[in-house]
Amino acid sequence: MDPVRKLKFRTVKDQDVFCSRYLALQLIFSTASDIIVHLVRMLPWGERWGEVRKLLERPGPFTHPDFEPSPDTLKMLQENMKVLVIGAGGLGCELLKDLALMGFTKLHVIDMDTIDLSNLNRQFLFRKKDIGESKAKVAAEFVNHRVKGCHVTYYNNKIQDFGEDFYRSFHLVVCGLDSIVARRWINGMLLSLLCYEDGMLEQNSVIPLVDGGTEGFKGNARVVLPGLTACIECTLDLFPPQVNFPLCTIAHTPRLPEHCIEYVRILLWPKENPFSSETAIDGDDPQHINWIFEKAQKRAAEYGIGGVTYRLTQGVVKRIIPAVASTNAVIAAACATEAFKLATSACTPMNNYFVFNDTDGIYTYTYEQEKKEDCVACSQVPQELEMKLSDKLQDIITTLAESLQYQMKNPGLTAMIDGKTKSLYLHSPSSIEEKLRPNLKKTIEELGLQDGMELAVADVTSPNTVLFRIKIKT
Amino acid sequence: MESSGGTPSCELTDKAKKYDRQLRLWGDHGQVALESGHVCLINASASGTETLKSLVLPGLGSVTIIDDTKVTPQDVGNNFFVESESVGSARGEVTLRLLLELNPEVRGTFVEQPLTEILDNQPDFFTPFSCVVATCLPECTLLTLSKVLWEAKIPLVVVRTYGMIGYLRVQMEEHTVVESHPDNEMPDLRLDRPFPALQKYIDGLDLDSMDHREHSHVPYVVILYKVRQRWIQEHGAAPASYKERKAFAEMVREGMRQKESGSGDTFEENFEEGIKAVNTALLPTTIPSGVQSILNEASSITPSPTTKPFWIMARALHEFITSEGRGALPVRGTIPDMTADSEKYIKVQNLYREQAAQDADWVLRRVQEHSQQLGPRKVISSLESSVKTFCKNAHALRVIKGKSIAEEYKGSINLSEIGSHLENPDSELVWYVMLRAVDQFQSEFRAYPGYFQDQVETDIVRLKVCVNKLLADWGCGPIIKDDFIHEMCRYGAAEVHSVAAYMGGCAAQEVIKVVTGQYVPVNHTHIYSAITATSATFSL
Repeated sequence: MDPVRKLKFRTVKDQDVFCSRYLALQLIFSTASDIIVHLVRMLPWGERWGEVRKLLERPGPFTHPDFEPSPDTLKMLQENMKVLVIGAGGLGCELLKDLALMGFTKLHVIDMDTIDLSNLNRQFLFRKKDIGESKAKVAAEFVNHRVKGCHVTYYNNKIQDFGEDFYRSFHLVVCGLDSIVARRWINGMLLSLLCYEDGMLEQNSVIPLVDGGTEGFKGNARVVLPGLTACIECTLDLFPPQVNFPLCTIAHTPRLPEHCIEYVRILLWPKENPFSSETAIDGDDPQHINWIFEKAQKRAAEYGIGGVTYRLTQGVVKRIIPAVASTNAVIAAACATEAFKLATSACTPMNNYFVFNDTDGIYTYTYEQEKKEDCVACSQVPQELEMKLSDKLQDIITTLAESLQYQMKNPGLTAMIDGKTKSLYLHSPSSIEEKLRPNLKKTIEELGLQDGMELAVADVTSPNTVLFRIKIKT
Repeated sequence: MESSGGTPSCELTDKAKKYDRQLRLWGDHGQVALESGHVCLINASASGTETLKSLVLPGLGSVTIIDDTKVTPQDVGNNFFVESESVGSARGEVTLRLLLELNPEVRGTFVEQPLTEILDNQPDFFTPFSCVVATCLPECTLLTLSKVLWEAKIPLVVVRTYGMIGYLRVQMEEHTVVESHPDNEMPDLRLDRPFPALQKYIDGLDLDSMDHREHSHVPYVVILYKVRQRWIQEHGAAPASYKERKAFAEMVREGMRQKESGSGDTFEENFEEGIKAVNTALLPTTIPSGVQSILNEASSITPSPTTKPFWIMARALHEFITSEGRGALPVRGTIPDMTADSEKYIKVQNLYREQAAQDADWVLRRVQEHSQQLGPRKVISSLESSVKTFCKNAHALRVIKGKSIAEEYKGSINLSEIGSHLENPDSELVWYVMLRAVDQFQSEFRAYPGYFQDQVETDIVRLKVCVNKLLADWGCGPIIKDDFIHEMCRYGAAEVHSVAAYMGGCAAQEVIKVVTGQYVPVNHTHIYSAITATSATFSL
């Protein structure tokens, strides 16, 4: 059996009794074995991990009940513990450093992005010469070079490129993502790995998830034990909604410089196709941003609106979130500390949500986020979806997208009708999408759906299909 | 740095692109201040280098590292800015080199000398620094450093990682903040004291004569002004109580027109916004108490050539308030977005802007008067824009008055603060006491408790004596549980990297606040417990 899991959830007493360590050393050099132990402690490399070892080899009143001081714990950290870091950006770079210097050696990092100049103010594993290279690759190579003995394996991929077998191989997942959709996806993946036997959750199938997020001088960190504690989906309504200006304001009554920029982005660009037909806006292309900037200025001038700058234009188009090194350092460190606690039991993990803000002094708040009883992702409660027979399929899809509870992006629906699976609407492949598109205008009644039928919904926000039971409203 | 309107993006410098994400937080002027900053780090241990890292990356002007130690294997284990090959080399030199790699625009030097020597022989050494960061100092040296920097009026940030506990102490005699960037701001609409231009404009609008389109696109500030006028006619005074405000909101709702059928929305959005805004928009225009204290202090100062520009401007502000301002701060000039047609919104917005500019102008004249009276003196750079910024942020001005560490340790400590916090078993203050106690231990025994594996048990007993003596000095009983003493000995002064990284991030941001003058620093002791993932700030 995996020695790490055995250590984490063991019930068998470890034969290395914690008292003996001190007592042996109290008797000054009285036996040969003690001399050897003492000499081993004097070796230079023995001292490299001296700080961490004090936490792992000494008992204390605030350790986790499972904790037993032992040199085996560091050994286990270094030889067996496999940790996945998702993201090699602002948080990811810090996480890799922190975990490496806490004793973890088997680190894996996923990131699909390449390095950009605007990353260099905080993503400290990258240099100017690395611009254009894979973040995961450069980060891994830097850490491997600086921290001898650490082996970071990198993947220049999206998290969706990997399946159950990949994720199941990790003991711990730490996220430094900048996307809520991705967070929900990995949350769904770890939930799908849970095994239940006779209705009881098998502890060994639980892979803890430590998640961090930052925005300017604010940040948060949390510990998710899938199946046991609140998951990412449980707190969906905590995420602030994206600012979207009403279309009529943008089109007819602009008042703010942002309205002028959105006018160009949403209405003018598709109309004028400045670079070639059907080219989408590339927020990273300075020529695109510049075109939008100049047109937005013109519109602003028409209405007497000030404040359209290049920086604002870029910020609105790319939905830029301000970021600094210090906040990323703090949040990643908080996550790394929790990862260390979860891996070693040297202390009880945070329970379970931590909020940080250092605009005015330093403010933190920690509370226990409760599991949502009817959470779409982690509760076993069957989901009910209410609808009228006269509702169109498009209305159902809109509800799934706009409701605070589901916040789906592009749901695809299939139903079980008369024992047969019937696709109602799918986004891809495009040939199928085209064929099913007329269904969007059909009513629930016309599609043959009835009260009590099962509706399966697939969406990019989860690797799992969500099952709903149709409830017809009268 | 930012290209002005019309110039193509290729003229955005590489620097502007690199710093884009942080410029959105402190602006170009904040970046200029940061790049003029010169920070001295004493001891490049993990906590020290983690602090400097988050200062070098955003482009701090220059750093100086004072460190007289050599790199040890322990450093290799917990410090990212040393290499395994550098064991035995000067730690200051190695860490400086690896830190400066992070940003070629930052300059740096290292000094391989014991701090005590510098403090004894070169007391003016620290004069060129905008801020000093210190870590891993024994108590007596820290107190000497504290006194020297307090006299020289140079801010000191002490950062410390001790096992799972982090400590941050900011020492500054006085720190003024104009741009504090408050999280939640009440709008400054002046409905209770509309300035003449606003009155004239709104009085000239007749809602009843407007067609539906115009009526549903009147900015809500106009609606609230009109309803308030009617209310006062009917009731004699402005709505004050919760009940009255509710009735007021109803009166607003009565003014809403029913939509013609088939035209989409069933309500007038601008009226709905007005109803939601009733509670905040009807608040009387006041001067926040914190700002009033600042004004009181400013009015009692006799300006001299050495008076900080902040106080000159605050004095001028006070004078404005008591005359042209008729008891109120300068109009802020910005208003929230309101559902409205462009023409009316921008007209209203400009009215507020123009009044704000006029008010700021009055303040500027007074500042100039004072400056002239003081005789030849260093010109306040970009005076007009400084005054404008000052006025725009008048409602959120902050002044921090600190206390020296020497005073805290050897003079008068805030005993009631200590007593009241220690009564709470969950308070992080217990760790402050423990840190003070381990320092006492170290002065006595020349090593931290639990540092040596074979001394852990005996050290627990000795540390307990130190703790209880400290508590007795403060007039508290021996109320700290043995658990905390045991835990401190367990740590043996270990500098755990993840905790050092957390504290380094916190300390770096405090330094940035000091150097840029934006956002509000900690006042003055901050403790972080990685055990419970909680923190607290104390003013001792």
